[in-house]
Amino acid sequence: MIAARPLRLSLARTAFRSLSAVFAAAFAIAFLASLSSPANAMKIQTVKSPGGIEAWLVEEHAVPMMAMRFAFDGGSSQDPNGKEGVANFVTAMLDEGAGDLTSRQFQERMEDLSMRMNYEEAKDAFYGNFETLTQNRDEAAKLLKLALTKPRFDADAVERIRQQLLASLAYAARDPDKVAQNQWYADAFAGHPYARPANGTEATVGKMTGADLEAYRKRVFAKDTLKVVAVGDITPEQLGKLLDEVFGDLPAKADLLPVAKTDPVPGGRQTVVDMNVPQSVAVFGMGAMPRRDPDFMAAFVLNQIVGGGGFASKLMEEVREKRGLAYSVYTYVYPYQHASIFSGGVATRNDMMGKSLDIIREELQKMADGDVSQADLDNAKSYLIGSYPLRFDTNAKIASQLLGLRMDNFGPEYVDNRNAMIAAISLDDLKRVAKRLLDTHNLIVTIVGKPTLEQTQQAKKG
Amino acid sequence: MLKLGVSRLALTATVMLMLASASQTASADPRASEFKLSNGMDVVVIPDHRAPVVTHMVWYKVGAADEPHGVSGIAHFLEHLMFKSTDKIAVGEFSKIISRLGGQDNAFTGQDVTAYHQRIAKDQLKTLMEMEADRMTHLRLTSDEVATERQVIIEERRSRIDNNPAARLDEQMNAALYLSHPYGIPVIGWAHEMAKLSREDAMRFYKRYYAPNNAILVVSGDVTPEEVKRLAEETYGQVPANPEVSVRQRPQEPPQPAARRVTLKDPRAGNASFHRYYVAPSYVTAKPGQAEALDLLMKILADGSTSRLYRKLVVEDKIAATTGGDYSGYGLDSGAISVYAVATNGDLQAVETDVDTVLDDIRKNGVTELELERAKKGLLADYIYESDNQANLARRYGWAVAIGRSIDQVESWPTTLSKVTLADVKQAANDYLDARHSVTGWLLPEEDDTAKGAGEQVGQPVVHTRS
Repeated sequence: MIAARPLRLSLARTAFRSLSAVFAAAFAIAFLASLSSPANAMKIQTVKSPGGIEAWLVEEHAVPMMAMRFAFDGGSSQDPNGKEGVANFVTAMLDEGAGDLTSRQFQERMEDLSMRMNYEEAKDAFYGNFETLTQNRDEAAKLLKLALTKPRFDADAVERIRQQLLASLAYAARDPDKVAQNQWYADAFAGHPYARPANGTEATVGKMTGADLEAYRKRVFAKDTLKVVAVGDITPEQLGKLLDEVFGDLPAKADLLPVAKTDPVPGGRQTVVDMNVPQSVAVFGMGAMPRRDPDFMAAFVLNQIVGGGGFASKLMEEVREKRGLAYSVYTYVYPYQHASIFSGGVATRNDMMGKSLDIIREELQKMADGDVSQADLDNAKSYLIGSYPLRFDTNAKIASQLLGLRMDNFGPEYVDNRNAMIAAISLDDLKRVAKRLLDTHNLIVTIVGKPTLEQTQQAKKG
Repeated sequence: MLKLGVSRLALTATVMLMLASASQTASADPRASEFKLSNGMDVVVIPDHRAPVVTHMVWYKVGAADEPHGVSGIAHFLEHLMFKSTDKIAVGEFSKIISRLGGQDNAFTGQDVTAYHQRIAKDQLKTLMEMEADRMTHLRLTSDEVATERQVIIEERRSRIDNNPAARLDEQMNAALYLSHPYGIPVIGWAHEMAKLSREDAMRFYKRYYAPNNAILVVSGDVTPEEVKRLAEETYGQVPANPEVSVRQRPQEPPQPAARRVTLKDPRAGNASFHRYYVAPSYVTAKPGQAEALDLLMKILADGSTSRLYRKLVVEDKIAATTGGDYSGYGLDSGAISVYAVATNGDLQAVETDVDTVLDDIRKNGVTELELERAKKGLLADYIYESDNQANLARRYGWAVAIGRSIDQVESWPTTLSKVTLADVKQAANDYLDARHSVTGWLLPEEDDTAKGAGEQVGQPVVHTRS
């Protein structure tokens, strides 16, 4: 929630130069998390609770509050077939009553404690976010524990949230951005859990029961896949106690469905979803190297040059700055647990979509052919290295960044080594990886709108 | 270890105390410093020494509501064009230079303000200030650059408004909410006027409003007021004042004797939804304490699942999937109240009746002591959590000062808020939930069969795949 009360900004009434920050937030949080580190020496402690639960801790006693972020493996890829959307449903239900507290009592208790607790699901993990003032920490922790271990999933609350989820599905079904994203995953990962819509469908959400929600919770919320990071006004001893209090009663082992390693379908594809809108939206992408691949870091730097660097990127230069074809055009690399992707998007008026996609293909091809300079590399590195402390300037951001590292199974030392890894990438690395990554014959494109595409088709034949 | 500073924490600690004890008397210790350069530029510094980074913002006291009639969108268009070139900086290089320095930059335009902001490592602050001071008066534009960028803002309008049914309705409701004041014109501009915006329009607006004596510098982060003052004198301090800058005068609203209604049909609207806007005073125009009372009123009425609207429409009567609303009190000439409800089964008449029942009840009976205490606690907690973030702090202070509030008023907000009484909230509800000053909007997921050329059936999207 946006809550700078004295400063409530209405986005509808404010126009920005660039949406790139918004897209970065939407697509790259966990990813950036695993690729950044603070310039100043930040002391990350590893804490083990008396009950054996591990967490990373950054102590910061200047402000009497703390932020804790945690995750369980799973996310929406653990939705059983026919129950698509169950993880997302659970994220909306954990403040809807637990233990002896009804939905209303629980929410009022949260307000009385000024605590913050919310959840989100990604494809591979179920994330929790908890913030409390020091003075209310013990009571807030009890409430958090109740939410995780004894949510009620009362029928009336389930019905209420169902109506909300159905309303947002109805809206999303006509939102060109959301339709394009969903269609891209459906095309790229057909037959794999990643292909399924994380928010489910009208049919699956319509039939979801409290028992389905509880079954998901029991399978996924467990100690063996739990990862926790805490930042703020709490000592290691206090954190140890809090970890046991909140998570100690969870089952030792999660019971996860197997999820196969996969790759986006090769060979190239283009899907058009007809929608009567003045501006078409396209999502494009293909497979990339996994997080642990020795070339991943070079792919990350390459992305910065191609379309991840806002106004400093090639696509922004060619599509927006030189030709005025679009307000936003961007790319990112995202290493999911079971597949990696290089993906991006562009929105442009219907009759310019073909031209815009041609330019994008051309730019990707040029990079693949080695048309990238030492200056491009130096500029990208200098941004990536110089900007890293910007990701560590609040308690909440530090917690997110560090949890990203933990999710990728890196140790705290990653923070100290990260910039050296970026600095070490050479122009030869970049060219080799561009050739390996940017094979435009594999580009999967989904377009929503009423696009004019003749040029694209000709380009493809050629 | 993280570097820990204390200067920005005094206020947080005081507010914490208020939260703990619901104290009515605690006053906030000042933590931001404010001073003026000799050319009239305001400077606000908010130290936060936890990380070696800074947020740098320049706010111009000009926005879309200051545009000449018929030239809508020029304030925002100029904001885009400010990234082109100067005598010292080549075309398109502004953002690239900042990126090479490890910084991030962006800008935004509202009805009353235009702001340019960057986040960067502290040791690059001076370079940033030199660049921002340079483009305050040395912008260069060619007609070609203007023509290309105009396409970009038109695409931006398509993304934000034309492709989005709720934004289309919002635009119509705002236009109906203000009879004379330019707040009724969208910030991004009307499409037909945007299409005609020229280099001359931009330069005229630029020369009139972009000057140090019409700007506020805000720096938050790992800095002291002394070093910012020194750097600001060396950079912004060298830009001459513009004697033509004057106090803003916009057309003001006449009395509003009649409620207005707007219905927008858009097949892509999803569930039918109900919207209501009211004109209300802002933090600038309200009597002391009144805007704070409106913040509390709207928190109780419309914020989240414990709010009155949610309880009635979603939990009890089950006719809405969700509800919401807020008070936007940061306009120079006016604030606004908004509420909305998304219908579960499309019956907007029932939804509207229910919303009015809730509003009438609050006007007649006010809110409870417990509700008021919870709302105060909630707003104070938001204030504290937001203060964890230096970029939020820079926005909080910058926006307030740009519309003429003092640092003192910003920092005593928690105290003023805590003094609001039950009677104040009831009074605010009675004064401002007044149908005559309102616009009611219905958004229907239907074909608009009155609109020419809009007869196309959208139905289920059709998917064509080509491998």
